[in-house]
Formats: sequence, C-alpha cells, structure tokens
Amino acid sequence: MTNTIGYDRGADGIVTLTLDDPTQSANTMNRAYAASMTAALDRLEAERDLAGVIVTSAKSTFFAGGDLPEMIRATRADAPALADLLGTIKRDLRRLETLGRPVVAAVNGSALGGGLEIALACHHRIALDAPGSRLGLPEVTLGLLPGAGGVTRTVRMLGLAGALTTVLLTGRRMRPADALSAGLVDEVVATPTELLEHARAWIAANPRPAQPWDRPDYRMPGGTPASRSLAAQLPAFPATLRKQLKGARLPAPEAILAAAVEGAQVDLETALTVETRHLIGLLTGQVAKNMIGAFFFDLKAVNGGAARPSVDAPPVRRVAVLGAGMMGAGIAYACASAGLDVVVRDVTAEAAGRAREHAERLLARTVRKGRATEADARAVLGRITTTDQVDALAGCDAVIEAVFEDPALKQRVFAEVLPVLAPDALLASNTSTLPISALADGVDRPTDFIGMHFFSPVDRMPLLEIVVGERTGEMALARAFDLARRIGKTPIVVNDGRGFFTSRVIGQFIDEAVGMVAEGVPAASVEQAALQAGYPTGPLALADEVSLTLIQRIRRQFEAASDEFRPLPAHRLVDELVDAYDRPGRAAGRGFYSYDDGTRGRLWPGLAELTTEAGRAVPFTDLQERMLFAEALDALRCLAEGVLRTETDANIGSIFGIGFPAWTGGVIRYVRQYAGGPAGFAARASELAERYGDRFRPPAGLVDRLAASADRPAEPVDVA
Amino acid sequence: MPSEAYVYDAVRTPRGRGRDTGALHGVKPISLVVGLIDALRERNPGLDVGRLEDLLLGIVTPVGEQGGDLARAAALLAGLPDQVGGVQLNRFCASGLEAVNSAAARIRSGWEHLLLAGGVESMSRVPMGSDGAAWATDPQTALATSFVPQGVSADLIATLEGFTRDDVDGYALRSQERAAKAWAGGYFARSVVPVSDGNGLDILTVDEHPRPETTREALAKLTPSFATMGEAAGFDAVALQKFHWLEAIDHVHHAGNSSGIVDGAALVLVGSGDVGRDLGLTPRARIVGAAVSGADPTLMLTGPIPATRKALAVAGLTVDDIDLFEINEAFAAVVLKYVRDLGLDPDRVNVNGGAIALGHPLGATGAMLLGTALDELERRDLRRAVVTLCIGGGMGVATVLERC
Repeated sequence: MTNTIGYDRGADGIVTLTLDDPTQSANTMNRAYAASMTAALDRLEAERDLAGVIVTSAKSTFFAGGDLPEMIRATRADAPALADLLGTIKRDLRRLETLGRPVVAAVNGSALGGGLEIALACHHRIALDAPGSRLGLPEVTLGLLPGAGGVTRTVRMLGLAGALTTVLLTGRRMRPADALSAGLVDEVVATPTELLEHARAWIAANPRPAQPWDRPDYRMPGGTPASRSLAAQLPAFPATLRKQLKGARLPAPEAILAAAVEGAQVDLETALTVETRHLIGLLTGQVAKNMIGAFFFDLKAVNGGAARPSVDAPPVRRVAVLGAGMMGAGIAYACASAGLDVVVRDVTAEAAGRAREHAERLLARTVRKGRATEADARAVLGRITTTDQVDALAGCDAVIEAVFEDPALKQRVFAEVLPVLAPDALLASNTSTLPISALADGVDRPTDFIGMHFFSPVDRMPLLEIVVGERTGEMALARAFDLARRIGKTPIVVNDGRGFFTSRVIGQFIDEAVGMVAEGVPAASVEQAALQAGYPTGPLALADEVSLTLIQRIRRQFEAASDEFRPLPAHRLVDELVDAYDRPGRAAGRGFYSYDDGTRGRLWPGLAELTTEAGRAVPFTDLQERMLFAEALDALRCLAEGVLRTETDANIGSIFGIGFPAWTGGVIRYVRQYAGGPAGFAARASELAERYGDRFRPPAGLVDRLAASADRPAEPVDVA
Repeated sequence: MPSEAYVYDAVRTPRGRGRDTGALHGVKPISLVVGLIDALRERNPGLDVGRLEDLLLGIVTPVGEQGGDLARAAALLAGLPDQVGGVQLNRFCASGLEAVNSAAARIRSGWEHLLLAGGVESMSRVPMGSDGAAWATDPQTALATSFVPQGVSADLIATLEGFTRDDVDGYALRSQERAAKAWAGGYFARSVVPVSDGNGLDILTVDEHPRPETTREALAKLTPSFATMGEAAGFDAVALQKFHWLEAIDHVHHAGNSSGIVDGAALVLVGSGDVGRDLGLTPRARIVGAAVSGADPTLMLTGPIPATRKALAVAGLTVDDIDLFEINEAFAAVVLKYVRDLGLDPDRVNVNGGAIALGHPLGATGAMLLGTALDELERRDLRRAVVTLCIGGGMGVATVLERC
C-alpha cells in the first residue's frame, strides 16, 4: 500500500512526520493513511533518544478529512471492516499521544475533520495563519460525526457544553485565530518558519508531556454527567437540539450528542469505542450518503463547472445593474465585494442611491464583526457608482436587470441601455419567473441574453439559477457562469420555462401547504410538518414572506398565459386572505401570521373559519410527504420537460435555493433514496394520489427511467 | 387457598415542609418508618410481628440515607424478627401505592399472609432527582421519546384541555379549603401519627404545608414555574413538535397549584382473612382491584385515567359504583383532566384536599392517599373508593378499595 507519511529524523532527535499522500492533492484518512500511520508509530516506538515528534503536511492544506468516496459506499456489510479501520486509526493516534515524548502538530493549512483529529491527538497544536486556512470538525454538515477521536477529545478538552456548541454540532470551519480562541489550537503563527521554530521550542521546553486526560489530576471542564450540576442541565441538551433543529430528526447531530454524553461517562478508550459505534451507524445509514452526495460531490461538480461550456470567455469587468431595489442593491454589493466595478441605475438618482446605502449598511456590519477593515469597506464602496443617467453605463460589459417583474418594463430598460453598453456585453435578467426567451425578443442580440436569477437576500443566499433561453449562446452561458463564480455564487444551469426550476418547484410546496390549510388541517400542524420534515421555514411563514399578493399575481399570470393552469383549493384561500380579509403578507403586518413591528406572532385564528373541514385529521407523515412529493414530482417533470439539465443541478438548486430539506441530498436524490428506491417513491406517490388528488400521480415512465440509471455522486472528483 | 387481600390498618406521619426549615428536616427517613412500625404495633396489640413476612417501601430517590434498601434496615431497627424482609421499590410518584398493590397481589397469591407496605421520602434531606435518571439525562433515549419535565407536561395538558390559569388556581384554592376543613374537623386523626423525638417530645403533629389563608388573588400573583424552562431549554418545542396542532404552551402551573415538596412516610398493614382471624384483627377494607397502565410519556400525567378504568374492570365495577376518588394532586390540571375524562362529580374527588395543600412526599404519597380514602369512607359510611396517582414516564397506578 502507498506510504502517505514521510518520516525524517533530524540531528536534534526530533522526528518529523510529513503527511503527504502522493496519489491525491490533499491528504485523506484512507486505508493508506492508516497503514502508514501504523508503520510510523512502529518506528517511533522503536526510536532511541527520541526528543519529540512534529506532525505536519507537505500539501497546501494540512489534512482534508475522511475518505468520502469510500464512505458514501458503506453498507451494513461493511460494518466490521469499518470498525477495524477506525479501531486501527484510533489505536495509532492513542499510541502517538502516549508516546511519552512531546508531539506537536504544525498545522500548516486547513485541518478539517480527520486532519484536526490528528492534531487533537498531539500534545500541542500550532496553526499557521495561512490564507484561507480553516480548522474544524465539519462532519455534522455531511451527516457524519468526527469518529477519529474528535468527539472524545474535544469533550475532554472543552467540556461537554463547550465541545458540542462551539465545535461538534455547528461543524464550524474556523479561521486559525478563531480556533485559538475556541481552544482548539494553542498558538497561531504567521510564517512557516515560525511554525517549525515554535514546534521545536515547545518540544525542548516540554520533554515529558501527557495529554490533560492522561494526567492524574484531570477533571473534565464543566464536569461529567455524574456531577450534580451537569446532570441537572443535561435534560436540556436534547431538548435544545430539537428546538434548534425545529424538530427535524437528523441522525448526525443526535448521534454526536449521544456519543459526547455517553463518552463523557466512561474512560477515554471506551469513549473512543462508543464514538466508533455511533459513526458506523451514521456511515451505513442513508442520510449521510444523501448529504455527502449533495454537499461534497454535487457541489463540487456544480462549482467545478460541469454545466459550463468549454469555451474561452472574456471575463466581465464592469457590471451595470438596472434597478436599485432589494435585489438590484444586493447584486451590486455582491459584484463590488468581489472586486468588480458596478454602475447601478434607477429612475432617479435618489432611488439609485439606495444601492449604495445598502452596501454601506452591510459593510458596516462586516467591519463591526472584524471580517473586513475600514479600508476594505471604502474600496468596495468606491467600486459602486449610482446614477439615473443611461450614459453612465457606457462601457459596461455586462448588465443585470433587476426591475419590477413586468415584461414590457424589462424590455424597455434593456432597450434604453443597450446602445451605450460594450457591443458584446452580457445581457442578463434577474427575473424569478418570466420566461427568458420571451424577454430576449426585446433585444437585438438574443444570443447574449440569459437569465441570472439571484435569491434574496443576495448577500446570504449562495445560489444563482442561470436560465438558458432558446437562443442563448454558449458564450453568454460561459460568461454568466464565470461571473457567478467570480462573485462567489454556486450557479446551477437550467433551461427556460415559466418559473424555471426553483420558482416553479417552490410554488408547488406553497400551494400544497396552503391547500392543506384550506382542507382544514390546522395551520400549526402544516408548519410543524414542514419544519420537522427538514424545511428551514414553514410554508405559511414563507408565503407571508414572499407576499400573498405576489403569489396571487404569479398565479394569475400563469392562468392567463397557459392552458395547463389548474385551479387548486390553495388559490381560493389565498384569494380570500388577500381580497376579502386584507391579509396580504408580512410586509403588511398580516397574512397567515400576525406581525408586530416586523416580528412574527401567532397564526391568524380566523384561518379555521376559511377551511372546508376544520380540524381535519390527516396523518402527520402524509402532511410531510405531500409537500416533499409535490416538489419532487414537479422536479421530475422539470427533468422530463428539459427545464432541468441534470439531477445535480436539481439537487443543489433545491437545497440552496428553495430550502428543500438538506438531509435528502436534494430533490431528485430524495426520489432515489426513498424506501424502495424510485419504484417505492412511485408507489407512495400513487397512494397519495388516491388520497389527495391526481397531482400526485407519478409521471409515466419517468420514475422507471430514474430507476434504470444510477446516482453517481461518488465518481472520483479531484479533491483540490 | 388464595385469599382476599384485606387492609387491617393504615398510618402516616404528618407531612413536614420539604426544606431545611421544615420540622422533619432533622429526622432521618429511617426514623419516620420505624416510628410508624412502632405505632402500628401499639395500635394493634394483637399484631404478632412473628407473622409478618416482608416490609415493602416505595422510595423514589433511593440514594444516600434512602438508598441501600432502607426497608430492610428499618425492619431490623424497628426490632421486627430477623425473618421479616424488606424491599425498596420505585414507581416514581405511585411507589407507595405500588407497594400496597404488590402486597395485595402477594396476599392474593396465597403464598404470603401478612405484609407491611408503604413508603417514605425525606425530600428535604435527599433532593428529588439526586438519583439521576435513565430517561432525562440520556440524549438518545430523550430524543427518541420526546422527554419533557412533568411541569411542562402539566402545562401541556392544561393547554390541550383549555384549562385556564383561573381554572387551575380555582382548583388549588379548593384543595386548600378542603384540607383546612378536614384538619379542623379531625378527619385525618385516625391515620396521622405524630413524629416524636424519642424523648417523648413531639416534633410534628400536623401537616405543615397547607396555606389555609391563601386567596385567589394571592395565587394569581405567583409566577409560572415552568415557562422559562419550557421556552429557554427547548422543552416547549419538543412538546409542540409532538402535539403539532398547538402553537404554544400556556404555562399555568406554579408553586401554588402544584403538589408541595414535603417529608413523610406511610404504612399499610395488608393481610389475608385467615391471618386476621388468627390474630383477632378486624379488616377495615378489601382491595378489590388494582392496575397499572402506561400513557403518553410526553403528556406524562394522564395515566390515572386508563389505570382507573383497568382497575375498575378488574373489580367488575364502573365509576358509578365508586363513592370517593382520591387522585394525587401532582398538578391541578391532572385532577381536572381526570374528572373530565371519567365524567366524575367533582364533589366526590379529593374531598379532603390533596397534595397541592398537603404536600407530596413522593414515595409515601400512594399509601397516604389509601389511608385518607379509607378514613373518609368510614367517616361518611360509604363503601368504595378509587385511589390513583399519575407517574413520571407516563404511567398511572390505581387501587379500588371496598369497606368490609
């Protein structure tokens, strides 16, 4: 097996272990690592006059983490082999920390997951403040737990509450300085030379160190569950978790909490074994596979440009933004933050100025949080010009239109600015629902016309839905894609259609939820069903946020434009709320909920009066699956109609754009992973159709086609 | 030949306030039990302790001086013969009644003939919860089964049933008034045995917890006890995730409408017909039905309803055959829900008040309630009573008592 750890003994008696897997651009905790570490420990234990050990890496990162391509394939049958492998890894890290000689981790770059776990088994951790370096145990974000001693050792270092809240349950990737204040590392240094000097100095000063938990006077910070004070607080831990997760039963955080608490009650070796048992449960379960598939493989494919045509495209340098409303201002800020010059135009100078005020507000917050300096902020602001003059847009090589959702208005503003833009300027509309091909009719260069659908609030939402119209050219797509990446967005690429992918599918979610209320299901149950299914926001709160008036208008546009429109009970309820009861949504202070000064209060009690069968009892699982299936079935139709080009785009777009539950790994993966696979999904859809209506009838042939092909998230992707 | 299970006598200590200023704080739990054994022997000269077989004691926090099978130690210290055993058992708040029901079942098996059953809890000395908890402190278990503390459960029941703060306070006031009237009328006199210091000085002769002077206005001023815990620690969220049609929990319970924390002990002498005849003891009542039932663990406190139905079915009776009901006043909403679900006349339920006024010495209460019910049946010359308690974890225990 390939050796992945260099071994070098210096004249000073210090052995440097250099993590350096020759087969990968980043080190991972694979079988080669395990064998190499065993060999290294055999040699270390045989050394005479060993002064100490430095563990570092020859890569730009320290160590990346687990071997995800292997992990995603794990089944129950692999449990014994996984237990062996984890046992070996943990045994050797335990050998390292009980060597009797100082072991220092010289963390020269990112140490995430397994990488940090190696460092935690060292007596002293020094992190280099390398650009972009992050430290943390992000396993929870992939449906896993840190199973190479990460749970066991952070609990013993930081105490149960500290380890859980700052490291394990958040999965936060910390900058070296934050890792220092969190207590995960002992020193942060500025240069690689200092890194090694400090490591040697610490070795010289601490010839016989032991881990805190191996010292006779060790006390767990905050006490163990056997202590009365912690025992009194312990019942709140799972309850707080359930509150934070809004009732979504995610296996990883639950397993992390259990492994931490159970491990705190026993000796370290037993705790490591308990940790392994919980990890294997997660590894062989479905949710980790879903999440690794989406958050590692799919995301890498999308951001890596799987959907980008391979053409050389001149980069965008100066962006014109039309409209300084919330979206336009957000887009301008995103572009300026990424170093692009932006000119924002609105009908008056005053209106256009709102984009600058928006940027000032966000920048002030960033500076306050220490994420940027005053100088950085001034530089960003300096790149934003606001104007009411068309001429000011001269020379812009891209325009992003973000005016009111009115096709005629949109075409008019394009017509106004086209003459002054660069001749090959990218022409993009931020419309969230209007068909791009129709908008492109208004310009004389439809091949340069494309949809760039941002999500609100732009500074926080990572997704960008690029919409390719009938005549959109490859160059436009490539330039839009590159621009999206430049401003740090994750761009999915979809084809044209009313509502494209995201707006169309989220509409199904809201319609189904509102429909259940109209049927008489208690509104609180509908919200709970969605939240417990893993949606980040309840559909009624979301509808209020979007505004019922907008939902009503989009539906009426669809009704006017398409003979595929079908009336639903949800439509009646929305119309009554808006037209008869003047409850148009959050902005007005009243919708499904009542709002007090912008803060959401209780659901409107009058809802029960507007239903056909108040207090209707629908099984809770049905409530949840009606919403999940409504979206999944529509996503399948999007695939069939060619609105979606790939499952990968569907999965990433659904999670990052419209809040489809993360545990599913995305809307199409939800179909694939359903009990019984796509066929099981189809059978359940038919059952829902019997109970709740034909809209749940699975599209003929589609599910079969899905069943005939494989989900391929684990195809080798370069980790770099 | 299997026998009926008869209650020959029932005694209890007064309840001392469960804090360091309480009268019984200086008295060891074992002393409370020994005092009652002494009293039973004194009251029943015919009681040949050589015929006693076992002492069953409910103790909910069996650690420290309440740990290590206090029952056996108490039997020895009381000078009972060596062959009399002792066993501690724990069914949380119903432990005392569980002990009585277990004793009754053992008598009815025909294998045993004379048993002492009851319970003890010195809550001022051994704090509630100090024995840990398999459910509440194990995340895997708590997550899987929607654990919430029982105060939140009580508030959840009130919310589901629409019991307002006014409703529960009204009930609490009635408990105080009834308890005051019962003490004034001497209705507890037959059972209550003063705790004395061994030198002939009484330490406590009456229940120390009641607040007969309390008013509706005073109760209305008390701060809800479980609101902060429910909201800040996430327990409300857990409850609402299960009872998803509710939007919020109305926290109506507080120290004034929940059971009081007290110290105390109780014992019941249970035996077969034969042993009574042999010793010349007169049976006061028969245990004609007993049952345990689980119920929703998050609601936690509704177990008395199925337990009562089950115990009545065992006895071949219905609620209409029952003259008096004693249900432990863990929280006011528990009683209101019980009365509503079983369709009871409130004037037959807890006629002499309950734990809201008198206090709830966890392990002892079940046996105390049995004595209270028996005394009142005799005083009113009625025939049957049901005694029942709600239980942590979502259970109920019930006993149907019939006068001889």
